[in-house]
Amino acid sequence: MQSPARTTDAPQRSRYSWTYFASPATFYPLAGAMIPWFAVAAALLCAAGLYVGLFVAPTDATQGESYRIIFIHVGAAWMSMFLYVVMAFWATIGLAWNTRLAAMMSSAIAPTGALFTFLALWTGSLWGKPTWGTWWVWDARLTSELILLFLYIGFMALQAAIDDPRRADRAGAVLAIVGVINVPVIYFSVQWWNTLHQGASVSVTRAPSMAAMMFLGMILFALGFWMYSVAAVLSRVRSIMLERERRTDWVMSEIGMAR
Amino acid sequence: MNWGSFDAFVAMGGYGFYVWGSYLVTAAGLAIEIALLIARRRRTLQMLARLHGSESL
Repeated sequence: MQSPARTTDAPQRSRYSWTYFASPATFYPLAGAMIPWFAVAAALLCAAGLYVGLFVAPTDATQGESYRIIFIHVGAAWMSMFLYVVMAFWATIGLAWNTRLAAMMSSAIAPTGALFTFLALWTGSLWGKPTWGTWWVWDARLTSELILLFLYIGFMALQAAIDDPRRADRAGAVLAIVGVINVPVIYFSVQWWNTLHQGASVSVTRAPSMAAMMFLGMILFALGFWMYSVAAVLSRVRSIMLERERRTDWVMSEIGMAR
Repeated sequence: MNWGSFDAFVAMGGYGFYVWGSYLVTAAGLAIEIALLIARRRRTLQMLARLHGSESL
């Protein structure tokens, strides 16, 4: 099982090959150039989301102002599931083709995914208290989201516990891939089980069951969190690349230029 | 515009604790992650400078 030669870090492939940026040496500067764009997009989208969510969107007829938690709750919950799928995707690529960068991407996603999972649970709890009368119930939606948090934490703890980074990559990948079964369970839990949690507000098959401005505020925050996640993950993967490849020529020339 | 006064904005119709508890913790969570990312990059560059400082340049 020999992966394609990666001993030289100056890629011999064409600049226009789709694998050109699969090497840390070429991806590192690309990621660095992309971070400011995603960060600015995230800031603008979240600022617009705050404005629409807090000043434009009308008061909800049944929940009053407490519903305004939805704007961050839904975005955080979507990102928590989406990032897990992306993490498992890169883990699969890393496991199947033994590529360094894919495994590093997977590791870089976990903390941001865990953060959004925590935020989804936290904001959900603060929303549940005034609307359901309880901070927490052990129902399917809430419990499966809590399991998602434990999967992220377990992935990070497992990788941190193994000294050899390549072995840590493989062990983490197996955990990430097995755990992906939890994502559809979270998503469909409100249909499969009786739960306090309301059904999906947004679906691809029908119009959103909410006022246009409420929907807009939610989408702005969801996109803002998405752009934030890209910027955060790219920043983290750059540090991981430098740490793990610290003795390679490309890192030495990179810091020679960067300092 | 939904709010007659700043106090009404803060009160959030009596749900201020829940709404602001959500928004502020979210903002704090993102701010902490950003600070950790910046600190990690700085630490990594210092580590690299120590590692390669003696032998190169």
